[in-house]
Amino acid sequence: MDLIYEGIKQAIILLITLDPEVMRITLLSLKVSGTATIISLFIGISIGTLVALAQFPGKQFVVSLINTGMGLPPVVVGLFVTIFLWRSGPLGFLGMLYTPTAIIIAQSVIATPIVMGITLAAMQQLPKKMRLQVLALGATPLQSVWVLIREARLPLLAAVMAGFGGVISEIGASIMVGGNIKGYTRVLTTATVMEAGKGNFEVAIALSIILLALAYCINYILTHIQQRERRF
Amino acid sequence: MKRSGIGLITVLLFALMVIWAPAGMAASAEKNIILATTTSTQDSGLLDTLIPIFEKKTGYFVKTIAVGSGQAMAMGQKGEADVLLVHSPAAEKKFMDGGYGVNRRLVMHNDYIVVGPANDLAKVKGSKTTVEAFKKIAAAQAMFISRGDNSGTHSKEKDIWKAAGVAYEGQKWYQQTGLGMGQTVNVASEKRAYTLVDRGTYLALKKRVDLPILAEGDAILLNIYHVIEVNPAKRPKVNAKGAKVFADFMVSTETQNIIKTFGVDKFGSPLFFPDAGKKVEDLGK
Repeated sequence: MDLIYEGIKQAIILLITLDPEVMRITLLSLKVSGTATIISLFIGISIGTLVALAQFPGKQFVVSLINTGMGLPPVVVGLFVTIFLWRSGPLGFLGMLYTPTAIIIAQSVIATPIVMGITLAAMQQLPKKMRLQVLALGATPLQSVWVLIREARLPLLAAVMAGFGGVISEIGASIMVGGNIKGYTRVLTTATVMEAGKGNFEVAIALSIILLALAYCINYILTHIQQRERRF
Repeated sequence: MKRSGIGLITVLLFALMVIWAPAGMAASAEKNIILATTTSTQDSGLLDTLIPIFEKKTGYFVKTIAVGSGQAMAMGQKGEADVLLVHSPAAEKKFMDGGYGVNRRLVMHNDYIVVGPANDLAKVKGSKTTVEAFKKIAAAQAMFISRGDNSGTHSKEKDIWKAAGVAYEGQKWYQQTGLGMGQTVNVASEKRAYTLVDRGTYLALKKRVDLPILAEGDAILLNIYHVIEVNPAKRPKVNAKGAKVFADFMVSTETQNIIKTFGVDKFGSPLFFPDAGKKVEDLGK
């Protein structure tokens, strides 16, 4: 119990003193996972909507594939992204392995199916005739899709939260493609594992608390938007 | 009200773009060096001291990937690392014989120690040799935690088992973590088990773990670190120039002096002994 108490104390000290190392790690986590979430939103919502609205043979196969992707293990993604980004790999010429960009790529791959799956479910829950109605009222096809996306915005906010929550907390991909390099690719999760390995449990606990607090703040803001929208 | 939600998201998006803006870290490729090294050099904190000095002095940016020596050499063999700092002499020799490395130079040494639970069920303490100590652990079937990751420490441990003539593979008392040195010591401490650890990591972890030293000082326990540059003739994509600058830095007088005193203030004794320019045969004498 002493350890947890010490950890919480240390977390507060690190936060109050704005410890530069901790600030840098926290900011990088936020940047990398935030960017990955935004990329996954663009890809996930557009493809998710497309699959939801279109009728085509093999649709069930594609939907199952997306739903499976929602549970994509981060280490598997990390391994394949690493192999692709190796100097000897197909994308090696980019020299991107062990950079923050590499983590963003891997985390986007992890978050995209999550966003896509939730978008798909949200879109399919809308009344079937709604799109026809909107079209009948004179909307162009693109406008009709926009109306539907707006209509599904509450579950879509859930997609944002799920996607962000999934990537900010993952470690398998971050450590493999990022390498946990001090001051460059060290994020909250990889730093926590390393500090625990070094026996600095207070610092590890402090970092975990910061991670939890961060996830809570982001989700609080998003939930706030979501709940306020409900009361219109 | 509806609009404000979308507005807020837009604000968040902008905020994200703003915090990305000052990220001017991306150095040009020839200024990047990938250093593949062992977990012990990172877990002991040595690299955290040396790397910033090197970067400041030379303008290079070092990407330190802390893995076991086995994986570090695998990365070198594929040309995914430019320079290696490793401690697995037999595997290093194979690496050099394969032509994957050039300029293998002695940097420093410390030693391994055998640690275990305070009650020492296998009665390891007082053993004349490390081999004898390992034989006792096996005879008592006392739990032994191995790295199991082809690291330098793991190779050393396998050598000792071999010398002891113990068939440990698949035994119930023999468990492998597959983790770094620091984590493995933590596991051993929690499970009240025996393990082999380098002194540097052990001293760094000592305050946290309940594992006294039970055997030390044997010649077989010497732990020797070399720096190796990956051979650009074999792997043309490596940053050979940067690798050489880094390797030279590791054996320079200035760095060797830092290594000599590293850890003294915190642990009361040095974690590593600088050896640049010496011969391996003369170590530990």
